[in-house]
Amino acid sequence: MPIQYYLGLSMMLFCIGIVGVLTRRNAIIIFMCVELMLNSVNLLLVALSKMHHASAVATDALTTKGAEGQLFVFFIMVVAAAEVSVGLAIIVMMYRNVHSVDVNFLNRLKN
Amino acid sequence: MSPTQIVFWLLSVVALVSALMVLISRNPVNSVLWLILTFFAISGHYLLLNAQFLFVVNLIVYAGAIMVLFLFVIMLMNLNKETEPQKNKWLKLTGAITGGSLLWLLVSIVRSAGDMQGKAAMVKEGNIGLIDNLGKILFNEYVIPFEISSVLFLSAMVGAVVIGKKD
Repeated sequence: MPIQYYLGLSMMLFCIGIVGVLTRRNAIIIFMCVELMLNSVNLLLVALSKMHHASAVATDALTTKGAEGQLFVFFIMVVAAAEVSVGLAIIVMMYRNVHSVDVNFLNRLKN
Repeated sequence: MSPTQIVFWLLSVVALVSALMVLISRNPVNSVLWLILTFFAISGHYLLLNAQFLFVVNLIVYAGAIMVLFLFVIMLMNLNKETEPQKNKWLKLTGAITGGSLLWLLVSIVRSAGDMQGKAAMVKEGNIGLIDNLGKILFNEYVIPFEISSVLFLSAMVGAVVIGKKD
């Protein structure tokens, strides 16, 4: 499968996530769009790791080149899980204070 | 078209359509369900690329744990109704134009990049994505980042409890 297809797919998912962050104002949906962007980057890393492996395996059949990309995806998932737990706690705290998850209420730093 | 290509296009269409439905649907619960479908499609891509470990981890961690956490928070805050007010049409249009022009910029950069010409990702074969190989590399070369990530988890857990505690 040509690498451009995977690049195009993950860039489309990333841009959908960006449009979501820019246009929605529900904090939970903004957070979900951030997760979508993280996942598109993960898909891109896996595809590039397999591309690198395909060019390395042509010379050495037993090489494990390219596995680092998949390990980075593993670490990104670890960090994303930690980020989600803290972020959802922040959203719950925000809901408790302003009784809404609309991000337009969070403008106290502006003035 | 070969079966691999059919599976690729099917998964891509499912991923893109459900990612768009995350944006379009007004109800947050529907957004979470569409996002779970997106994660399933991305997991299918991992399986097509023979990254079996990441396939399982993506299903368990993302589609299982994280999205259930989102659903719990939505249910706890009683947000499962359409509370988001309609807002400025121009702001939506501006967001869509911004995202579209970023996509156009990225695509044009990739199309003109010489490094990517004629390269292909290996599908359905290659054993670097199996847990045997990844585990060996993880515990031989990446032990310290692995241990540091456990400290990160501990601090995130403490942080979530401290932030979420009522005082």
